[in-house]
Amino acid sequence: MLENIRLSIQGIWSHKMRSFLTMLGIIIGIAAIISIVSTIKGTNEQIKQNLIGSGNNTVEIKLYQNEWEYEPAYNGLPQGVPVITEETINEILEIDGVDAASLYLARNYAEGIYYNGTALNGGRVYGIDSRYFSTCGYQLQKGRGFVDKDYSGFRKVAIIDTSAAKSLFGGTNPLGKTLELNKEVFTIIGVCEKSNTFKPVINSMEDYYNYTSSTGNTGIVFIPNTDWPIVYNYDEPQNLIIRASSTDDMSSAGRQCADILNAYITASDIQYKASDLLEQAKHLQDLSASTNQQLIWIASISLLVGGIGVMNIMLVSVTERTREIGLKKAIGAKKSRILGQFLTEAAVLTSLGGLIGVVAGIILAQVISRISQTPSAISLPAIIFSVIFSMAIGILFGLLPSIKAANLNPIDALRHE
Amino acid sequence: MIMELKHIYKDYLQGKMTVPILKDISLSVEKGEYLAIMGPSGSGKTTLMNVIGCLDKPTSGSYFLNGKDIFSCSENELSDTRLYNIGFVFQSFNLLPKQSALENVYLPLIYAGISKKERIELATKALERVGLGDRIHFKPTQLSGGQQQRVAIARAIVNRPTILLADEPTGALDSSSGKQIMELFQTLNDEGMTIIMITHDADIAAHAKRLAIIRDGILTEKGGTSDEKAITHSN
Repeated sequence: MLENIRLSIQGIWSHKMRSFLTMLGIIIGIAAIISIVSTIKGTNEQIKQNLIGSGNNTVEIKLYQNEWEYEPAYNGLPQGVPVITEETINEILEIDGVDAASLYLARNYAEGIYYNGTALNGGRVYGIDSRYFSTCGYQLQKGRGFVDKDYSGFRKVAIIDTSAAKSLFGGTNPLGKTLELNKEVFTIIGVCEKSNTFKPVINSMEDYYNYTSSTGNTGIVFIPNTDWPIVYNYDEPQNLIIRASSTDDMSSAGRQCADILNAYITASDIQYKASDLLEQAKHLQDLSASTNQQLIWIASISLLVGGIGVMNIMLVSVTERTREIGLKKAIGAKKSRILGQFLTEAAVLTSLGGLIGVVAGIILAQVISRISQTPSAISLPAIIFSVIFSMAIGILFGLLPSIKAANLNPIDALRHE
Repeated sequence: MIMELKHIYKDYLQGKMTVPILKDISLSVEKGEYLAIMGPSGSGKTTLMNVIGCLDKPTSGSYFLNGKDIFSCSENELSDTRLYNIGFVFQSFNLLPKQSALENVYLPLIYAGISKKERIELATKALERVGLGDRIHFKPTQLSGGQQQRVAIARAIVNRPTILLADEPTGALDSSSGKQIMELFQTLNDEGMTIIMITHDADIAAHAKRLAIIRDGILTEKGGTSDEKAITHSN
């Protein structure tokens, strides 16, 4: 066997040009597959990191009417949905896998946020409790946070995030300035941002699209939840946000929280649903994988063509070496040995092509990732699979020529010119 | 008796016609004999060589080599018989051009499953025996015709065959190289090697101790030996 491999490599080396051209189909096919797989893997890892964040395992549990997120701004106050109480929060905190929980009220496409005639279009207003910042991982950058007196005294104070600060105030210091929310005047007491450990700052699908498109004029204005009726007239049922102990706990913890909250709802078409980011990440990954799957099929055609090229050259090689085969059979080589010799040669040829293809694919993936700014990650299973697969191509397409060689009649073969 | 052919017939199909090539050939060879089979082209001598060399099976008759019934052998058994019992020497040497003399000589030992160390040892000895001990790493292209044929002879004897079977061993050589090959055959025969040589050249055939002539598929013995049973021909 080793002898066969040595002789094969010798044979391939003595026909360098021919061997390289024969391998080219395999090289191109394997290189294409490796680079595509690396790009898919890189993109998937980026999606997962962006959506879930490293260390920020928050899950939002929001109200939905049928399949659509319930927007009190358009749909009015939901009937049959009670305001969540502190007892319910304590019940939620006892769930395994829930580290922190907070209630908040939200206007996602809030109108009527002004500073001196500058509108914050597409801004958001969150009415939050005292646990919100710690649950979501916000940190104060300037000023102070909400204190108990802000809640109990219904003080009209607000904290804005850095992007709102940038949109409304440009470079100037927003602290102490006033902001108009639905014609109510709020004083800005702090500026916050998501802490570094929680970056990237993506929490939801909307955030994902915001993050990727990064349209400038956005931002969040936080006010104490006790102020909510002042701005929006009613005590609305809240949304819940929890922080799970680990990424793997996110789905189940979110579902359990939603079940607890739904037990209080008497309306038939409204219920709480956890935004399962893990699930959403998978959807996005599937989407990118399925488009790339097509590319892999196309690349496989190159492997097929490469295999046929190998078969062709092996047939030529068998014809060229008819006398050699005849001699070997005459001096005592069995059929199986001739078969083995040619199969080994085909397999060595394509495996070598596969190896070169893997190296070329890795280089190609790096180049693509540099040019198109997408990440790439090298997949070891894909590399092992590629080399084994190219070896299999050699054996498969080498079979016909090898059988032809093994079945040569030594008398005729020796007489061959 | 190491080789015994009895009533060998060999027919070939040519289109729809059956053409008889060998007609009732019987031949016995003892250990240590040096036999030449002579015949013009088309006489059936190559077919006879193929039968003796276990490359081709006769249409009818019986063939025993070293007590083994060749007629009932499977293809793999024939391969093994060629490997262990027959040493071929061809007119055109048939060396592998990219392999050194040593590698060419130890090729049959690979098929016999002998370890690399032992292969090199045995092949070196065989090359020394044919007088090429100083050229074991030469490629065939670096050797003269006579030297190439001696490499081929070394390859034929390396596995200690029962019979050395040579087909026109000097056909591609000039007369002085041919003479050297004949001297080598003589030496090998003196050392006990059984040799069967097929040729059309009477001068070459004269080197053998025993001579048989094949003409139109019929074998006749000429002089040399008085052994009546060695060669028979009917009709």
